[in-house]
Amino acid sequence: MSDTSARATISGSSLAATPLLEISNLNVGFTTQRGVVPAVNGVNFTIMPGETVAIVGESGSGKSTTAHAIIGLLPGTGKVTGGQILFDGIDLATATEKKLEEVRGNLIGFVPQDPMSNLNPVLNIGFQVQETLVANGKATRGKDAKAKAITVLQQAGLGDAEHRLRQYPHQFSGGMRQRVLIGIGLSSTPKLLIADEPTSALDVTVQRTILDHLAGLTREAGTAVLFITHDLGLAAERAEKLIVMYKGKIVESGPSVEILQNPQHPYTQRLVAAAPSLASRRIQSSSRPLATLDYVAPSIAGDVDLIATAEAHAEHTPVTKTLVPSIVVKDLTKVFQINTGKLQRQPFTAVDQVSFTIAKGTTTALVGESGSGKSTVARLILKLDEATSGSITVDGEDVAKLKGRELLALRRRMQPVFQDPFGSLDPLYNIGSTIAEPLVTHKVGGRKEQRARVLELLDQVALPTALADRYPNELSGGQRQRVAIARALALKPDIVILDEAVSALDVLVQAQILALLSELQSELDLTYLFITHDLAVVRLVADNVCVMQKGKIVEAAATDEVFGNPKQEYTKELLAAIPGAGIQLAV
Amino acid sequence: MVWYILRRLLQLIPVFFGATLLIYFMVFALPGDPIAALGGDRGLSPALADQLRAQYHLDQPFIVQYFIYLGGIFTGNLGTSFSGQPVSQILAATFPVTLRLTILAVIIESIAGILIGLVSGLRKGKLFDASALVVSLLLISIPIFVIGFVSQFIFGIQLKWVNPTVGDGAPWKDLILPAFVLASISFAYIVRLTRSSVIENLNEDYVRTATAKGLGRRRVIRVHILRNSMIPVVTYIGTDFGTLIVGATVTEGIFNVPGVGRTLYQAIIRGEGPTVVSFVTVMVIIYVVFNLLIDLLYGLLDPRIRYAK
Repeated sequence: MSDTSARATISGSSLAATPLLEISNLNVGFTTQRGVVPAVNGVNFTIMPGETVAIVGESGSGKSTTAHAIIGLLPGTGKVTGGQILFDGIDLATATEKKLEEVRGNLIGFVPQDPMSNLNPVLNIGFQVQETLVANGKATRGKDAKAKAITVLQQAGLGDAEHRLRQYPHQFSGGMRQRVLIGIGLSSTPKLLIADEPTSALDVTVQRTILDHLAGLTREAGTAVLFITHDLGLAAERAEKLIVMYKGKIVESGPSVEILQNPQHPYTQRLVAAAPSLASRRIQSSSRPLATLDYVAPSIAGDVDLIATAEAHAEHTPVTKTLVPSIVVKDLTKVFQINTGKLQRQPFTAVDQVSFTIAKGTTTALVGESGSGKSTVARLILKLDEATSGSITVDGEDVAKLKGRELLALRRRMQPVFQDPFGSLDPLYNIGSTIAEPLVTHKVGGRKEQRARVLELLDQVALPTALADRYPNELSGGQRQRVAIARALALKPDIVILDEAVSALDVLVQAQILALLSELQSELDLTYLFITHDLAVVRLVADNVCVMQKGKIVEAAATDEVFGNPKQEYTKELLAAIPGAGIQLAV
Repeated sequence: MVWYILRRLLQLIPVFFGATLLIYFMVFALPGDPIAALGGDRGLSPALADQLRAQYHLDQPFIVQYFIYLGGIFTGNLGTSFSGQPVSQILAATFPVTLRLTILAVIIESIAGILIGLVSGLRKGKLFDASALVVSLLLISIPIFVIGFVSQFIFGIQLKWVNPTVGDGAPWKDLILPAFVLASISFAYIVRLTRSSVIENLNEDYVRTATAKGLGRRRVIRVHILRNSMIPVVTYIGTDFGTLIVGATVTEGIFNVPGVGRTLYQAIIRGEGPTVVSFVTVMVIIYVVFNLLIDLLYGLLDPRIRYAK
């Protein structure tokens, strides 16, 4: 198709009745050694000009693959194996690379998922915006491109764009980088914007500002938006139409509110039930809120080591009733020296006079945006870092004074689970060795006992024992996080510190892990310090909440108190930013 | 930035003293009497031997010899070789030749290695890539003197494209074949390094984003893949420059290049302290300065490093 005829079709199609994008019977497959594995199976949907449509599903559901197929950017061996992608009369599934180059950026903008990895780290921001404008014929190289780049960035919400052109991505925060990427995506005023999880790496409050801004820009320009997300609440709040994908197929689609209030497909029903943001609206105060979740726990009570369980009970049963303090943090302060270039250093107070107490067998959540100092508190309690002042007492012992053998003993009782289930497992260790590592380090039992304990732990976290000989890359994110939890439990700790332990997981998996944690807590009388930026999750698991802002605890109270009657302006802001919080469910 | 360069240059001072002391000691510790060896089979008269020993300070204890040598350096006198030539003159005659040979080799290996590595990485698993990998494996596994003699025989003697040995004054055209031989092994490493670096970068999210924002394939490769892939390659080339100056010894021997290698080799055999120490010290300094240049270039290529300093 020649250029001129393409333009003609484009102008002809602005009548509201014809869809901007029409996907019919789309099939996408990935070639592996065992043949072609289908990833998207017979997908049909349309987007009208100016409409916002969201595709929701867990990872591996084919939602991102669908989005990538539209602009011909399937990763690796991915190929469109059938169907049509009609965009303004052009079939993108069969279009030449040259045609696709014309469409990309110019007519279809793309905002990628992870702002950290989607800007070239060695090129400055101005360059990356300008080359987009030049490539799409929106500006000529030089002064013109520079001036237009400033406008683009200002529109995307970067106030001091002019000074920031020469800066590099690593000098920008995650939210600012995402603004840059949104600016790039919208720089040519495309007809369609594909936003692939544009804010899942960001804090809730930042997420809200950015999505509001994005909505404003696209509404103004009449841009249609295809929004890809795993967060049902977010999708419902932002899109008029919802498409729910499961295992490469569309299982349900229609107006957002209708789907939320009356989900037809069993998968959608589970998704609605598990979405913490929505669930938190429904679950009224209850000591074990997870019991109400629509989730069938795999039989954990099957092969539990009865003697160990009995011992654990004998040890802990009398204490739990009286609420003995387990972790006492008093006036904890951590000051970092920050390099500000030119031989100057500036003190930065990451944690400022923080005090709280966690009772044995309970869960305390530490909530705040990134940079609020919550992870630093975790590192200080684990003694991975030295406090500047203040004290941390664990079961009556001052952590700061512990050294050598005593410190090892403390580590044995206190175990961490970290955020990234991909980064915290050594890819060269099989699952069995990973879980056994703490046992080996602390010289617990012989080889046979260790092996037996590993199998028992796998069972406890509801993973098949056959996984012991497999490697991390063969496991899903949820399975990996279970392995990380099993590893943390290997030494039978009393305290588990969970640093954003479920933030990287899909909602259904998240619900499973949360249920597992809660079950393990009542079974083993564990004390949890739960660090998260996600207030919705907090309501499901925590007994007490401490809200942190800029290194200080601004509000600390029982969970129901914080949610029902927030005292601080900041807490209210955080609560309001939970996506989908405003949607009423018909239950 | 200026402070950083200054600090790095200040590091040269301990490196200089450490290197000279160590090398001087090693030469001193070599077995055999250099003066007795000078006399050959006939031997020298004891009086002459003593006179020579005194002339070269060989009758002094080690540390005194070292300080006499150091003192000489700061007055511009690097000592004399056993043949009576001042060491500084030998340095001035041989170093430029080796430097030219090395520079030529680095240029050849960089251009050819990066180009072939880039194409290989972009066509991973295709015929071109497979052949490049086989050739590079061959070059890495064959000893350099085999490559040297074979290419000297084919291109110098059979095909007569170039002179088989380097003539007087070492003209550039005579240095081309030795430079290719000298470059061969590093070329193979650069191909492999560039290739794996390109393959890694191809899968980066920002490369996909660059395509998604409408850039043409050529521009994506040139601006977003090649440049990012160069970072590890540049580091390798930098350290390789130092290695090549030393490693040129074998190649220089094959092609009769009047460079550092041959002179240094003979000086070591004869136990000529001042010559060996002067040569090696210059090599060490070149090595350190080159590493500094590479670190600065690294900062130019990668802003994250530039701003961390």
